[in-house]
Amino acid sequence: MSPPPTASALREQQAYVAAQAADARVNVELDTGDMTLNIGPQHPATHGTLRIACQLDGEQVISAEPLMGYMHRGYEKLCEVRTYPQCTTLINRIDWLGSFANEVPFILAAEQLMGVEAPPRAQWIRTILFELSRIANVSLFLGDMGVQVGALTPVFFAFRDRERVLNQIEEVTGGRFHPNFDRIGGLKDDIPRGWIAETHAVMAKMRGFCDEMEDLLMGNEIFQTRCRSVGVIPGDVALSYGLSGANLRASGVDWDLRRDANPGLAWDQVDWRVWTHPDGDSFARYWVRLQETREATKIVDQLLDGIPSGPIMAKVPRIIKVPAGEAYVSTENPLGEMGYYVVSKGGLGPFRVKIRTPSFSNISVVPWVMRGTYVPDIITILGSLYFILGDIDR
Amino acid sequence: MTDLLGLAYWAETSIKLGVALIVIPTAALMLGYLFLLKMMAFMQSRLGPQDVGPYGTLQLIADAVKFLQKEDIHPAAADRRVFRAAPVVVLASSFLLFVVLPTGPDAVVENLDTGIFYAMAVSSLSVLGVLMAGWASANKYALLGGLRAAGQLIAYELPLILAVMGVVIQADSLNLQQIVRAQAEGEIFGFGLIGNPFILTQFVGFLIFMIAAQAELTQTPFDMPVAETELVGGFHVEYTGFRFLLFFMAEVATAFAFSALATVMFLGGWWIPGFDFDAPVLNVLGPVVMLVKILLVAFIIFWIRFTYPRLREDQLQKFAWKVLIPLSLANIVVTGIFKVVL
Repeated sequence: MSPPPTASALREQQAYVAAQAADARVNVELDTGDMTLNIGPQHPATHGTLRIACQLDGEQVISAEPLMGYMHRGYEKLCEVRTYPQCTTLINRIDWLGSFANEVPFILAAEQLMGVEAPPRAQWIRTILFELSRIANVSLFLGDMGVQVGALTPVFFAFRDRERVLNQIEEVTGGRFHPNFDRIGGLKDDIPRGWIAETHAVMAKMRGFCDEMEDLLMGNEIFQTRCRSVGVIPGDVALSYGLSGANLRASGVDWDLRRDANPGLAWDQVDWRVWTHPDGDSFARYWVRLQETREATKIVDQLLDGIPSGPIMAKVPRIIKVPAGEAYVSTENPLGEMGYYVVSKGGLGPFRVKIRTPSFSNISVVPWVMRGTYVPDIITILGSLYFILGDIDR
Repeated sequence: MTDLLGLAYWAETSIKLGVALIVIPTAALMLGYLFLLKMMAFMQSRLGPQDVGPYGTLQLIADAVKFLQKEDIHPAAADRRVFRAAPVVVLASSFLLFVVLPTGPDAVVENLDTGIFYAMAVSSLSVLGVLMAGWASANKYALLGGLRAAGQLIAYELPLILAVMGVVIQADSLNLQQIVRAQAEGEIFGFGLIGNPFILTQFVGFLIFMIAAQAELTQTPFDMPVAETELVGGFHVEYTGFRFLLFFMAEVATAFAFSALATVMFLGGWWIPGFDFDAPVLNVLGPVVMLVKILLVAFIIFWIRFTYPRLREDQLQKFAWKVLIPLSLANIVVTGIFKVVL
């Protein structure tokens, strides 16, 4: 299913495992005591309030357990006392870096229950905004990974260039972070005049940013030493822990919901490819995300040139009542598979919403992958798994 | 400065003390402002401080005033006496470094015959302070940071000293003034106009010295004891207010002192080509030349700091023992052969 790691990566992995084993042996021989180290809830590397309870022997990790819930906001329950249009305001705040992408699967699920389909123009603009929020989200990771391994500069470049994408999102939706723009049956507004040309320019800038990160960070010897063969997750383990998104593709599994289960958005209209990497280590995860950001700019460029004309809103009643039924729709969000299981009893609001967030599943592999690594590797692995805390705790 | 003014011992000593008390904070402020604030900001496409003083030059003084106002917190479980002594030990180590730095034919606080030996010895004192801070803070992050600093000491101190050995062999002296003189009076293939800055013959030594100095200063590729994203500041995580300021000042002042050492040993020191070695005017011009060269070297140190990610502790050990130490030993052998043959 997944291709084997490259020969040099395999050699590095074996050397790393041998070093770990040697250290563990010395620790047993010297009978050193264990130490519990709580990383978080207030720790810069957990970018939020995740707590990792580590059992350390020297600098070697014996066990690491992620403890979450410090930022639980009860969104699933809150959705039950809101109408469908009101829910999107909440859902925006789950993965706060790629907020528009959060709205889409929920709206699609509601549309599916109502039997409404958004007009093609709305679908195309949705896809463009979806990909823009992916670029805004993942480009921050591309810089932030530098901070996790100690390089302070890349993250400022990421903030600088992400701002351009946020500006484009703001021009359409009016919100930088929380657009609340997607509607059942279409979109709130059309795109403004001149936006297409501007977005083309921004996409070119973002490709430049990707090149810059490739030069500054990914090509750096020290970065590669820190990331290669650290936190190796083989494809089958990744699948069994329910990893999704770039984390899964970096383990060599060719899986992408945009291609495999397109829920009607415009991805099948353009030419793009899914990137995978056989190694499954932290470097592979960075590499895959970098390629995907570049690919996303190309998707946006192609979509911008082909937006069909027509209305942006389907015919929907003013007061939205969703007929009784159940629907599960998931999309390939910036962090991985995000799905909403919506149960309706025919009222104004959902009867029950189950949110499947990618970070929650991605972080579940932490105890497995951290065993035997060292304290600095905890941060590298956490950084490369790339979670958003709102996405874990919702 | 020894016989310069013909003063009594006590007067001379108090002048030296006064100079040291002015020079070291000034050096720390200058490097801190130029590189830590402004250069870092420009490299990261930011503006840096703007408002305090012209171009934000007084920002660090404002920061220092802020630190002085902060409460001096001791963790409940801390070993109070050691906890308080640690920043002083670290700062003392960088103060002691300034003693032997020559800036002119007579402009040196103490012209020790074993100058470079002394400098290497007192510079490693700071690790003691770091270890004390890490241990006494009663904090696991601080402890990990302190122990990493101690482990790092073994890895980089050897290449640092071995890199210096090449210079010492070539200059025939441990005295820093003599090292400057050897560079001033040396010649390259019979061309003696600019002397022989040892960076030309000891470039391997210079490279090793700069890498090891980066580790000594806990600057980025080797800043594991501090490691802001892992150990949230490492050994100084529990320090507040003035004590933190002492750590900060020591870090930057030591960077200045190490740049000065590199200048003296590899870049020809304070000597200006064309001048007589003992010309009294060099007591005035020398410090200026030194400062320019020091800023150049410090620029490299901070440039690397803001560009590179951090290595892991075991990777540093591997790098030091497998690359730096053999390389510096080879450098000594080659230097020795040339010294005997030529």
